[in-house]
Amino acid sequence: MIEAINDALDIMLERDPDVIVMGEDIGYFGGVFRCTAGLQEKHGKTRVFDTPISECGIIGVAVGMGAYGLRPVPEIQFADYIYPGLDQLISEAARLRYRSATEYIAPLTVRSPFGGGIFGGQTHSQSPEAIFTHVAGLKTVIPATPYDAKGLLISCIEDNDPVIFFEPKRIYNGPFSGFYDKPVEPWKRHADSVVPEGHYSIPLGKARTVTEGEQLTVLTYGTMVHVTEAVCREQGIEANILDLRTLVPLDIEAIEESVRKTGRCLIVHEATRTSGFGAELSALVTERCFYHLEAPVERVTGFDTPYPHSLEWAYFPGPVRIGEAIDKILKD
Amino acid sequence: MADKQPPAGDNRPKLALHVPEPKYRPGDAVDYSDIDIGEPGSMSRPDETCSPDTMRDHAYGLVRVLGDDDNAAGPWDPRLSPDTLRTMMRNFAMVRAFDERMFRGQRQGKTSFYMKCTGEEATSVAAAMALAADDMVFPSYRQQGILIARGYPLVEMINQIYSNKGDKLKGRQLPIMYSSREHSFFSISGNLATQTPQAVGWAMASAIKGDSRIAATWVGEGSTAEGDFHSACTFAAVYNAPVILNVINNQWAISSFSGFAGAERTTFAARALGYGLAGLRVDGNDALACYAAQQWAANRARANGGPTLIEYFTYRAEGHSTSDDPSGYRSAQEREEWPLGDPVMRLKKHLIALGEWDEERQEAMDRECAELVKAATKEAEKNGILGHGLHHPFRTMFQDVYEDIPWHLEEQAAQAKHEREVKWPGEEPWS
Ligand SMILES: Cc1ncc(C[n+]2csc(CCOP(=O)(O)OP(=O)(O)O)c2C)c(N)n1
Repeated sequence: MIEAINDALDIMLERDPDVIVMGEDIGYFGGVFRCTAGLQEKHGKTRVFDTPISECGIIGVAVGMGAYGLRPVPEIQFADYIYPGLDQLISEAARLRYRSATEYIAPLTVRSPFGGGIFGGQTHSQSPEAIFTHVAGLKTVIPATPYDAKGLLISCIEDNDPVIFFEPKRIYNGPFSGFYDKPVEPWKRHADSVVPEGHYSIPLGKARTVTEGEQLTVLTYGTMVHVTEAVCREQGIEANILDLRTLVPLDIEAIEESVRKTGRCLIVHEATRTSGFGAELSALVTERCFYHLEAPVERVTGFDTPYPHSLEWAYFPGPVRIGEAIDKILKD
Repeated sequence: MADKQPPAGDNRPKLALHVPEPKYRPGDAVDYSDIDIGEPGSMSRPDETCSPDTMRDHAYGLVRVLGDDDNAAGPWDPRLSPDTLRTMMRNFAMVRAFDERMFRGQRQGKTSFYMKCTGEEATSVAAAMALAADDMVFPSYRQQGILIARGYPLVEMINQIYSNKGDKLKGRQLPIMYSSREHSFFSISGNLATQTPQAVGWAMASAIKGDSRIAATWVGEGSTAEGDFHSACTFAAVYNAPVILNVINNQWAISSFSGFAGAERTTFAARALGYGLAGLRVDGNDALACYAAQQWAANRARANGGPTLIEYFTYRAEGHSTSDDPSGYRSAQEREEWPLGDPVMRLKKHLIALGEWDEERQEAMDRECAELVKAATKEAEKNGILGHGLHHPFRTMFQDVYEDIPWHLEEQAAQAKHEREVKWPGEEPWS
């Protein structure tokens, strides 16, 4: 997935002279996760450069660059550190088009690795996507495969609205099954790891059907796509798993179609439960598919605590939590 | 024996917290004798490409040009032609007339809110005149002088203030939060200091593209305490961005005096030193000094000499906004005794001293400006005033959140339309 992201950035830097890549350690060194490796050498120091450790500055400067006419792609080293730049995203980038009646826009794509499962402790593991989905004017995109990472990132950079692009860092190097005691497969052996060369894009607002099934619908994204898939495979459950890919705009059609077909719905995300994006999904499904539902909508999420370093696997929504929720839904 | 000893550290002096307090409160007599305003003309004018570390005196002193004798003196005299000075004078007169009328308009209920810039006109008008018309400005909310100096139509300004159907911003922004791309004037945010890193980003973009346009931003001294301002200084210095950071030190941030932004310890211009920015402290009521400082900084930026932080030492003569009554927190004498006078009067007297102006012409100009503003107000009122129903079509509420309207906003727009059909049957629901 890292190579796919690097490839997308490389292609966009090549195609569009207005694309600028910036962030802490992303230049010479190529980023702490190596997502920007080699880009500075290839595209030069004024297109790809390091920034001071100032998230407020990174996003604020990117808004100004967007107003000039550039397409900045700032990296926030970890999603946990996006908060110092939050005001610039929420009050400035998100509303610039609206408040100026289209005189100015902020076409930035903020890339940031998010989620846990790498023993990052409470300051390197958070999933803050719900904060952004709550903000009018922002789009929130989360890929789950290398193929999607490249195609979606290209779409985000080409999009004229500010986008938050969260990269599930647990699956940077391979799809994670959730069985943390089993060896992690590399992407190489995964079907969605095949990344075509050159430019292609995946439209924002379109979910991906991961597996077809009649027993229940699972709405999920990011790392949890793979965890859910593995649980269903282990337990022989035929689930209709939807990888949402973009939370805003959301593919409501795919969701409704699937839930109407299966009559049962499970929502899985890693972020804390209360006021999480799962609450929004649950409300939507209930509002729109109530008479098709044969069981209450269930949520599997992280707990409402900070991410505990030593107890990471107790926190992580893994096979047990998902399996039991599926059992409960199917029993009704 | 050991437990009879006093606790460790008990003999150390007790620490005390300092909470700043302004020197004068309502009813107090004012004494400004401790403010060292220096002699007009006495401050050296360094080369525009000089190193910031040679500018210590400029960050602590005060650049002044106009003296008590109404003459210009010293190396900072920008030597403007009488015509330019008269243009500046006219911009001043227009800003005063505009502020006056809009303030009254708010009191008459034509809009919700207004902010005057009385006493600070030079920091926007003179500064704007020293920039090129296509240099990008990222103002705060008290820089109406820039729009007026750049010839932005008064009617457009008033439409915005009234949020009427002529408002280019579709009635979405608080009054006075203008935007005009055509005039290289960035959309104003109500969140303080957010525009400062944005200006730096714009300037960086201009440099990345090999453009020749520079950026300038304005921020109040109270708002320099925001993290955004410090991020802006860091980025400006790190990338040598062609940007000017203007700090308007008008002594008051609503009811908090400048001490709450750190003014008891050092000057705002001196902030520049630690970042390696050029720092200039300027008499903000001296139109010629304001012009000269902005011009110096612009030349520096254009020559890739680097960013400049300018502090304009001035005084907010009126209330913070139409919602504020300063008599509740500061001495009424402060304004009267302000040692740097009034920028408009000082320029007028200078022009008269030059033999290029007289009281009659001034009066005629003031009258003419008042008439023009009045006419513009009438014109704008045809498009409606706030709350009287002449606003942008209803549907615009859902536009421009995103480039295209997504399904959930379409659904909400349909709901809004339905509600209007219920409330006002038979009317065009989107109007
Ligand atoms: C982030 C933020 N905090 C608080 C406010 C409320 N507020 C509006 S103006 C103001 C005072 C600003 O003072 P200063 O920066 O000195 O500018 P001045 O009004 O004196 O021109 C405050 C606190 C705001 N608009 N934004």
